[in-house]
Amino acid sequence: MREMLKLTLILTTICSVAATSLALVYNLTKDPIAYQQRLKKLSAIRGVQPNYDNEPDQDFVDLPMVSDKSGEGGLTRFYITKRGGEFTGAAFTVSAVGYGGAIEIMLGLTPGGTITGVQVLHHSETPGLGAKITEDTFCLQFKSKSLSAIKWALKKDGGEIDQITGATISPRAAVKAIHQGLVFFRDHRDEILKGG
Amino acid sequence: MGFLNEFVKGIWRENPTFRIVLGICPTLAISTTVINGVGMGLAATFVLLGSNIIISLIRNVIPDKIRIPAFIVVISTFVTIVDLFMAAYAPDLHKALGIFIPLIVVNCIILGRAEAFASKSSVWISMADALGMGAGFALALTLISAIRELLGSGTLLGVHILPATYSPAVIMVLPPGAFLTIGVLLGLFNYLSRRRAG
Repeated sequence: MREMLKLTLILTTICSVAATSLALVYNLTKDPIAYQQRLKKLSAIRGVQPNYDNEPDQDFVDLPMVSDKSGEGGLTRFYITKRGGEFTGAAFTVSAVGYGGAIEIMLGLTPGGTITGVQVLHHSETPGLGAKITEDTFCLQFKSKSLSAIKWALKKDGGEIDQITGATISPRAAVKAIHQGLVFFRDHRDEILKGG
Repeated sequence: MGFLNEFVKGIWRENPTFRIVLGICPTLAISTTVINGVGMGLAATFVLLGSNIIISLIRNVIPDKIRIPAFIVVISTFVTIVDLFMAAYAPDLHKALGIFIPLIVVNCIILGRAEAFASKSSVWISMADALGMGAGFALALTLISAIRELLGSGTLLGVHILPATYSPAVIMVLPPGAFLTIGVLLGLFNYLSRRRAG
């Protein structure tokens, strides 16, 4: 009995000291971490829709967009960009399942639905093959395209998007995700505009 | 058993990666670029140093029966500290290393040193052991990741080294490349140390 008490006491003491030091470190790093996350978000938005002078991370609408990203059927956040109070567009993430898992893409649009930029935020595609969807040669081709302007499929599928040698599934998923985003924006443009 | 002797031991004679072959899982997974390798090496060294010092300090008050839970609490505290500081001040590295930062908790090198060394040695000597083992681990990671990055991407630290005509052997940055590299290096280390021993 005495031994049990002793063991409990020692372990409790060790854990309390550990918890206290972790609380201190947490408090110390809380603000820098929040700052870094905000910086990351803003740089992703600026990467696809640079035309703004408001704070898009404070100016957003949450809408339920259906995508095939497994697990999360929640809301998609539409960041509204403005310049001088004028609506200049929106940035939001779209996703589709690629070869190695979900591919998340940040999509920037003008109010009219023309693409201002495309950036892959997260993916698990094969390095050197599918991962080439992150490169400029693939991403830049979407710029200035809109839903009605072209046929939204890879060239080998009868569309107008340049494919990647050695990879089919990844670029196909990327095109699908972007296309879904464009369709959703067309259908919900007023809601997004109003919310901003 | 001086400070220097304990330090040097971790780099060559008892190198955690090439001689003891511990902590291979993170080694295989993150050694795709030099920056990842160095980052992981430094993070593990910090945890090793912190846990070796604390465990050596409290070695006489920890009863044998609860030594493993006590060690793990100390180790995981240091891992969480590294995790938080990295997220705050090196977010890119934090993102690249991902799950392998929290997984330092279960890196056998660290618990191994706590159990086999720090719990039996003075603080000063435990520090030497931690720094040596950490340096050995970091150097091994740097070597492996340099080979993989050079052959797999044609770059070192992100800078193109090999001429543009070199077409990167993508397999080297994929999991099989990790096994190939570590296998060849392990063989080389064994050969060299056997020749030394005569």
